[in-house]
Amino acid sequence: MNQEIALELKHISKYFGSVVANKDVSLTVRKGEILSLLGENGSGKTTLMNMISGIYFPDEGQIFVNGKEIVIRSPLDAFHYGIGMVHQHFKLVDVFTAAQNIVLGVKDKKRFNLKEVNERVMEISNRYGFHIDPKKKIYDMSVSEKQTVEIVKVLYRGADLLILDEPTAVLTPQETEKLFAVLRKMKEDGKAIIIITHKLHEVLSVSDRVAVLRKGEYIGSVVTAETNEAELTEMMVGKRIELNIDRPDPVDSRLKLNVEHLTCKNKEGVTTLDDVSFKAYSGEILGIAGISGAGQKELLEAIAGLEYAYPGSTVTYVTQEGEEEELIGLSPKEIRDMGVALSFVPEDRLGMGLVGSMDMADNMMLKSYTKGKTPFVERKDPTSLAVKIMNELEVVTPGIHTPVSRLSGGNVQKVLVGREIAASPQVLMVAYPVRGLDINSSYLIYSLLNEQKQKGVSVIFVGEDLDVLIALCDRIMVLASGKITGIVDGRTATKEGIGLLMTKNEAMRQEDKNES
Amino acid sequence: MDIFLAKAIEFGVIFLFGCIGETLTEKSGHLNLGIPGIMCAGAAGGCFGAGIYLTSVENPNGFVTVLLAILFACLFAGLLGGVYAFLTVSLRCNQNVTGLAITIFGVGFASFFINSVVLTLENASTLLSMAGINFFGAYLPIFDKMGVIGTIFFAHGPLAYLAIVIAILSALMLRKTRIGLNLRAVGESPATADAAGINVTLYKYVFILVGSAIAGLGGLCYVMEYMGGIVGSTVSSTIEGIGWLSIALVIFTLWKPDLAIVGSFLFGALYILSNYITGVTFVQTKLLNLVPYMVTVIVLIITSVRGKKENQPPASLGLSYFREER
Repeated sequence: MNQEIALELKHISKYFGSVVANKDVSLTVRKGEILSLLGENGSGKTTLMNMISGIYFPDEGQIFVNGKEIVIRSPLDAFHYGIGMVHQHFKLVDVFTAAQNIVLGVKDKKRFNLKEVNERVMEISNRYGFHIDPKKKIYDMSVSEKQTVEIVKVLYRGADLLILDEPTAVLTPQETEKLFAVLRKMKEDGKAIIIITHKLHEVLSVSDRVAVLRKGEYIGSVVTAETNEAELTEMMVGKRIELNIDRPDPVDSRLKLNVEHLTCKNKEGVTTLDDVSFKAYSGEILGIAGISGAGQKELLEAIAGLEYAYPGSTVTYVTQEGEEEELIGLSPKEIRDMGVALSFVPEDRLGMGLVGSMDMADNMMLKSYTKGKTPFVERKDPTSLAVKIMNELEVVTPGIHTPVSRLSGGNVQKVLVGREIAASPQVLMVAYPVRGLDINSSYLIYSLLNEQKQKGVSVIFVGEDLDVLIALCDRIMVLASGKITGIVDGRTATKEGIGLLMTKNEAMRQEDKNES
Repeated sequence: MDIFLAKAIEFGVIFLFGCIGETLTEKSGHLNLGIPGIMCAGAAGGCFGAGIYLTSVENPNGFVTVLLAILFACLFAGLLGGVYAFLTVSLRCNQNVTGLAITIFGVGFASFFINSVVLTLENASTLLSMAGINFFGAYLPIFDKMGVIGTIFFAHGPLAYLAIVIAILSALMLRKTRIGLNLRAVGESPATADAAGINVTLYKYVFILVGSAIAGLGGLCYVMEYMGGIVGSTVSSTIEGIGWLSIALVIFTLWKPDLAIVGSFLFGALYILSNYITGVTFVQTKLLNLVPYMVTVIVLIITSVRGKKENQPPASLGLSYFREER
């Protein structure tokens, strides 16, 4: 193996406001090697790579390329130093051909000639074993073909260091194998490759070394040949941290929600939820853990009536009086009126549930505008509810008539969760309610959930932080690629155990493939 | 018949300027509904430039008159386009609202400016109509002897040929050059263009300004060439109507400047059709005037149903671009 160092990071840190995205990260990549960057969601992998590719600028630390210290201020600078990144979300112009996309923005003195571009694209493809038609339009391409275009685009600009952000997330196992074959060829050609992933078996199959990040910090690097899944999992999730979140014992445990054989597919026909069956009880918090995109969103939306569930799926809801009601086929409003509430905090926080330009009172009204006897909307109740939420949850705002988009993230989340709780639901589903919140606001949300639990509400909590899930939930259900890989007791669960369950389905999928 | 076809081309040229201007602007992702107002401003500027020169010189030179008119038309239209660009690109205002405001302003401004400034110059209205007929109406000397063909294709003033040259150059630029490729990328997906190292803001500004200047020539063309320099009180409102049709024409010609040449002549023919058909009632005239709009709606329906990606508007048309929103 070539031992020359292609890229070296020293003590890199990046902060977004008070949030630490990366802290004191140092790592090296050698020429002719594939380095896996491993870490959970939110561990700062993508942020770190964005600093190398010129999208963010590091707050502290130094970057060296081929032994020389450099400053990268824009993607153009990164190209200049031979660094190219293939983003998770492709940046391609749909109505252009592959070749037009590849040549876009390339500055050279030669006359613009698409024929020559086509030839060079073919040359690169043949060299590394890609299959690409330079004249094919992007909108006619499959996801895997689009990814190929992105990789060729980077190579066309003469990149010697390639960064791939979760390249396999969108690929089938066969396409993944093809991609890995191409990556190995590039490696033989002397290119340095960093691949961001959280799939352990891929790490083991393709990389030479593994660097692990956890909560923005660099944990260490190991040589792939000398490690195993268990060791990597432990590095990735870390030792358990005591959080001192209250966990009262479940009260009045009765069946509230019985989900059986729930199956969903996305627009492309890919199965997002695969035959999911579980039960939720009153007076307990059921946690849902999983890598992002493992089906959490689809599960909650299918129960709330927002997502189409495939025939054969049943969601049975048991009312206070003990009657059984089938939820599938009902409208979201009917489901909500029966006492099943959903509060989903998306990545941009405002995207679902609240209207940014409206004030707190009007946002309360979104759920009650059908009430009232006169033809005019009823404003009194929503207004008093907004005041109540503001006071009880200590929402920091100039007043209930300030547009919610002007509130800080934590306060927006309090409004969102507060409104759902105010409807006094029987089943309360919350997804990522503490996303981006500081510690105090997080604890306030936890105690709100515990309060609901003690009232006999069945709480379903989708979380990102395993420590929180273990400390807060009575039971934890783990999803991986749309399947349930296990339901564990929150009191006895370990992070390692859950971590393995979160990645288990990938291994199962591999086995399935080998059998078939 | 030959007179009708010649007039159709002459009128079509006005549409062609507006259509090319709007096409270039839309290719950068900006729907400029200010084009009618900008065309009016171009007319006012052109009359002003020509008027100042004509009233201050004893024996005006035809070439200089036309050149000055073109320069001032571009300047006035470009200034108004600059306001639109600043508001929508830098301040990220809503493009539709900004465009409509520009149109309302431009129409009123042109009406005021022509009446209170241009026509108060000494002898301006006589001199302008003289220049309109002798300079802007000066056609190629050799080909007017070619009979019917000569009358239809070669009996036009310099602005008509300028329009066709601009249209062909625009088509070549969009299809064959790196600048064209970059411009289309900016209009389709500014985030992609930005990541590829293209200066998105610069491209937007340049092509909004260039597009506005070209559209301004349409206003000039109407007053000086089609009307023969007769500056009446309804100039602004007529140009405004032409401006709206030019925007419709962009849709009709599927954002392609070469198709725009044919499309604009067709629109020109449809627009003046009612004047050349004898024995139609007032109501029938109004119905005939509806035809260009109906044709546009039909084309819009057909292209939407067929759904071919190349024939759709630029994907980010009408959307402001924030770099931070990745």
